[in-house]
Amino acid sequence: MLKLDEIQKRLLLEVADLHTMPEGAYNLRSNGASVDRSTTANIDIISKEDGSGIDIRIKPGTKNESVHIPVIMSESGLKETVYNDFYVGDDCDVTIVAGCGISNCGTGDSEHDGIHRFFVGKNSRVRYAEKHYGEGDGRGKRILNPVTEVYQQEGSYMEMEMVQIKGVDSTVRTTKAELAEGATLIVHERLMTHGSQTAVSTYEVALNGERSSTDVISRSVAKDDSVQTFEAAILGNAPCSGHAECDAIIMDRARVIAVPKLDAANVDAALIHEAAIGKIAGDQLVKLMSLGLTEQEAEEQIISGFLR
Amino acid sequence: MLELKDVSYAVEEDGEQISIIDGLNLKVEDGKFVVITGPNGGGKSTLAKLIMGVNPVTSGKIYFNGEDITDFGITERAKAGISFAFQQPTRFKGIRVLDLLKLAAGKRISVAEACEYLSKVGLCAKDYINREVNASLSGGELKRIEIATVLARGTEFSIFDEPEAGIDLWSFGNLIQAFENIRSSYSGTVVIISHQERILEIADEIVVIENGRVAKQGPKEELLPELIGTASAQNTACSVLTKEA
Repeated sequence: MLKLDEIQKRLLLEVADLHTMPEGAYNLRSNGASVDRSTTANIDIISKEDGSGIDIRIKPGTKNESVHIPVIMSESGLKETVYNDFYVGDDCDVTIVAGCGISNCGTGDSEHDGIHRFFVGKNSRVRYAEKHYGEGDGRGKRILNPVTEVYQQEGSYMEMEMVQIKGVDSTVRTTKAELAEGATLIVHERLMTHGSQTAVSTYEVALNGERSSTDVISRSVAKDDSVQTFEAAILGNAPCSGHAECDAIIMDRARVIAVPKLDAANVDAALIHEAAIGKIAGDQLVKLMSLGLTEQEAEEQIISGFLR
Repeated sequence: MLELKDVSYAVEEDGEQISIIDGLNLKVEDGKFVVITGPNGGGKSTLAKLIMGVNPVTSGKIYFNGEDITDFGITERAKAGISFAFQQPTRFKGIRVLDLLKLAAGKRISVAEACEYLSKVGLCAKDYINREVNASLSGGELKRIEIATVLARGTEFSIFDEPEAGIDLWSFGNLIQAFENIRSSYSGTVVIISHQERILEIADEIVVIENGRVAKQGPKEELLPELIGTASAQNTACSVLTKEA
């Protein structure tokens, strides 16, 4: 088994909750190269011929298996774009955990742009979790620009959890999805920015099949001088239902921009969007302080609950 | 013991000073079950907030167990042993009932302990323990969870600001039951702001606040008969409910 140094171990813990490489299929990418891999009878991981990324192939009928593909970067000044394609066969039930942790103590900018494409087969269920984390006190920036494309076939269900709580200086997240008949996509995004960080998150979900549905939920906290932009577009091209929700807590001198967009091209498309931006409510602070918490402790509890 | 000495509270509106509490003096003895009543706009809820430190007094002093707490903030008063159930409980996205009870208890508590507090306010614990304290809860549910947080704190002094306000009739009967339970099992001092006759009935002592001052204070047996039928002791539609049941 691969020996990880302390920084690598910490990054791995932050992005994948892993102390060591897990059971089952995985691929660990560290400082620009694939360094460790494991496959199972049902899940194969193959490097792309041009070296630009990996293909993950999950056999039809694979149930209760997981794939972990963490990326960790501890060298300063590294920039990379990686293409990962997931082919999930019909009737699967799998969990995919991705994530990127950057530790940048140097002066050069570190950037990882992961392009993930998911081809989800008929009646399959996929749970996808992606966590971003940055650390390091160098002047070099930590940049992550993930692109996620999802193509869901009939009756499939995908749940995506995107988390970025700490230390990423700049993010542009782009997510696109196309859903066939009876497919469902649920997205939970949790984001916290501080300092002078910027984060842009753009979703475009096309509900192309009858009875397809989506729920895109973003909860975010913007502190200090950070700027967040959330754009969610739902296209209703068939009798379908879609809901987008952006809920943000704004603090200090931060800025939050929410741009919801609904595009209904079918009379039976039911689309809803909600957006709310506001500071922490005074009565919430007062209530928690009346339980004996200091104002700062109260604020921490409110934020951590909000981003749960 | 809680003592308020010559306490005043005024707000400024359009450049004019409006007096809400006006030179109020009040003593609440340890272990007593006191109901504060009086006409609307008399300053009852403001008084409760002055005791908790939600609003600062304009002048006067507040002593708790002999200590001057006039300049204490909310957190310090909470730590000194005062709890407060708000008239309009706040909602929290993402914070569960169990989390709130844990924060109230100030320590890790078992699910069984948390359930006990919920049972005391008439909520079926397993249905609520993992629910978020958000808009999905009704006013009555929220109110009872609010009371449970005060029970979980277990402090020596608790104030409940109009616990019956904003809850439906059906919840009202349960609420009275909850306070009767508190009455029999809680050894600390309880102050309830209310003008419901059925809450006044379980008091040791009644305080009537009018025009920002204590108009009357005395044992229930003495004061309740003269209050019945006035705005200070309302017997609302709950009696209709009792008759039909």
